[in-house]
Amino acid sequence: MDLCDTPHEAEIRARARAFLNANARPRRGDSRPPGPPADVAAHVAAAKEWQARKAAAGFAGIRWPREWGGQGGSAIEEVIWQQEEQTFDVPRGVFDIGLGMCIPTLMAYATTDQLKRHTGPTLRGEEIWCQMFSEPDAGSDLAGLRTRAVRDGDDWVIDGQKIWTSGAHYSDFGILLTRTDPTQPKHKGLTMFFVDMKSPGIEVRPIHQMSGGAHFNEVFFTGLRVPDSQRLGQPGDGWKVALTTLMNERLAVGDESRPDINDLIAFARSWQRADGSRPIDDAAARHRIADWYARSQGVRNTRFRAITALSRGQTPGPEASIGRLVNAIKQQEMARFAVEQMGAAGMLTGPDGILGGVFQQSLLTSPAGRIAGGTSEILRNIIAERVLGLPADIRVDKDMAFQDIRQGSERRG
Amino acid sequence: MNLDFSAETLEIRDQARRMLRQADCLAKVRRMLDRADDAAPALWRQMAGLGWAGVIIPPELGGNGIGHEAACALAGELGASLAPVPFTSSAIAATEALLHCQDDALRQHWLPALADGSRSATFALVAGDAPIHRDSVRVEFDGARLTGTIWPVAWGQQADAVILPARNPDGRIVLVLVETAHGRTEPLQCLDLSRPQARLTFDSAPASLLPVPGDAWDMALHLLDRTAILTAFEEVGGAQACLDMAVAYAKQRHVFGRPVGANQAIKHKLADVYVAVELARSNAYLAALSLISGERDLGLVAATARVSSIQGYALAAAENIQTHGGIGCTWQADPHLYYRRAAQLAVGCGTPGYWSERLIACLPLSSAA
Repeated sequence: MDLCDTPHEAEIRARARAFLNANARPRRGDSRPPGPPADVAAHVAAAKEWQARKAAAGFAGIRWPREWGGQGGSAIEEVIWQQEEQTFDVPRGVFDIGLGMCIPTLMAYATTDQLKRHTGPTLRGEEIWCQMFSEPDAGSDLAGLRTRAVRDGDDWVIDGQKIWTSGAHYSDFGILLTRTDPTQPKHKGLTMFFVDMKSPGIEVRPIHQMSGGAHFNEVFFTGLRVPDSQRLGQPGDGWKVALTTLMNERLAVGDESRPDINDLIAFARSWQRADGSRPIDDAAARHRIADWYARSQGVRNTRFRAITALSRGQTPGPEASIGRLVNAIKQQEMARFAVEQMGAAGMLTGPDGILGGVFQQSLLTSPAGRIAGGTSEILRNIIAERVLGLPADIRVDKDMAFQDIRQGSERRG
Repeated sequence: MNLDFSAETLEIRDQARRMLRQADCLAKVRRMLDRADDAAPALWRQMAGLGWAGVIIPPELGGNGIGHEAACALAGELGASLAPVPFTSSAIAATEALLHCQDDALRQHWLPALADGSRSATFALVAGDAPIHRDSVRVEFDGARLTGTIWPVAWGQQADAVILPARNPDGRIVLVLVETAHGRTEPLQCLDLSRPQARLTFDSAPASLLPVPGDAWDMALHLLDRTAILTAFEEVGGAQACLDMAVAYAKQRHVFGRPVGANQAIKHKLADVYVAVELARSNAYLAALSLISGERDLGLVAATARVSSIQGYALAAAENIQTHGGIGCTWQADPHLYYRRAAQLAVGCGTPGYWSERLIACLPLSSAA
């Protein structure tokens, strides 16, 4: 038993570290957790520049085939890169969807010419992609989506709406899951396309989140024309294509989002009330912190067990679901605890807030953590059904024609 | 990255699992709960014959020297089976104390006998109603004789010797070994009679000093950390057995025309148990790694492992009963056997409060843990 790399892994890590040390600044361990980027345009520009540098040095598209500019590496090699990169202060998040989900979907279903056109610019950070699947009536029940694509000559005409689309406001392209045949049961009448986000008929509207941010969007399609050449997979195969996309999701190697358990412990130890008392002085507080620490370590060590499987060339089990489920509720609990420990001062936000209001901000962003990317309830269903083998929920709409299914708050006609 | 048992350890684990399945451990547990027996000596002898009693004892002292990784795997299987044997108390706690002892004669006198199962020993810290703190040590040792009472002592009535802290006339704490035949032992009624407990009373009983490096109380807490890591594996094993039992029951028990496990309330409940068990298992593995690689400061990893394994076992045991419905609350059904063991382990080797405090106290001074 050990936490060590194999010689090959150690070599990969050393190369990654050398590049990062020469090209980026390490994150300071004791620094205050960063807020969301204030200036989106500057963030995107910085992300493009960083992506270009990585690509030039051979640290982009680690699991991509070499023929498309990737490194042809294994999952463990990508994990090692991510572990090293995350200790540096570099822009994150802008290219993950394109590199990790959209282009791999194109690799499975697009033409060689389309791949020649799109892989290089995405890899080098010149073009950004978004993923347009979820809708107001189709989150957990994704197959219930309604955005309609109707064939018209060489094109398809698309009308409808997507929601929670990260980065749509700065994306150049996107993959889009539509309904092409409502007479079929819901999983059977779907078709995937990729679209140019600058096309007429696409309107991106930011979603004003409860936390005050606007990192997601609604995307409205009104008479959007997409050439049939941009269809990915056969008409009616959209669900299968979507599963390919979702399977390529980023390997969960990241630490907890901040403020994390280390931030909480630092706060509990160092923040003093007017009478000199600190949260850590209270036994009940210490016991709650110990519990969250044990859960954080549990998630981290479970991730190490998944990495152990990857290192052995095996497919990890459902360990990623465990991390998401546990971290989401923990984030909210810790935020609430910190705010309450601050007394009435805990209600202040922004620059007037204690520690610049980071725990208050976390209180407002953490509810989404229990919902986004798979709600805690769905994750529990997945664990119960796929890991424990308990019977699946009854699906009343499985074999019904989509147009006959009751959805949202109205009966479909 | 290799946070998993080795192939050799998995082999040992699988052999242990097969042997324990055939040993009908739950029947033996029930006999002890019914007070028909107070131990399962034949089972312990069989395990000693397989080398389990000497798993962490080096060959030159009579053991098989396989080591701590195998011990953790065995502890997990023993926990899953509820086997009523003094593995943790004798093969781990008392053995660790002797292995850390600087008196060769004492080591050579006791360890081979513990390894072959011909004798057993146990370990205790302070009286059950006292906090685990050096001020709680009340047993007195004048250099040759021991006076005082200690309880609850796991397997205290069955063990040949107990190792415990005592206070010498200077007020300093030392570790001593005393043979139970020199004292009075009374069995205690407790939640789980299959992990029997005793009150031991000594009145000028001849005893031996167990010299250890450094402060004896600090060493006692270190020994508790080491035992706790093995206990965490025992708890994870027991919790997994509860989860398996609940899932099996939920699949086959039909109500309202379908398996009770098809209800989301049950599915989500058991998913939560699964998560708690996996977190505890992962923390136990990291603690095992520290133990195996000879780290001196085990407080943080041991405490982290126990905080999650105590909670995980308590949740799994309670929700196993719940999933079984009314029948889960009967003597005849098996869930209560695990529920008792979980509750007793939760307080028998430190408590959740103790381990939470130890965790916080052992956190590094800088935030990066």
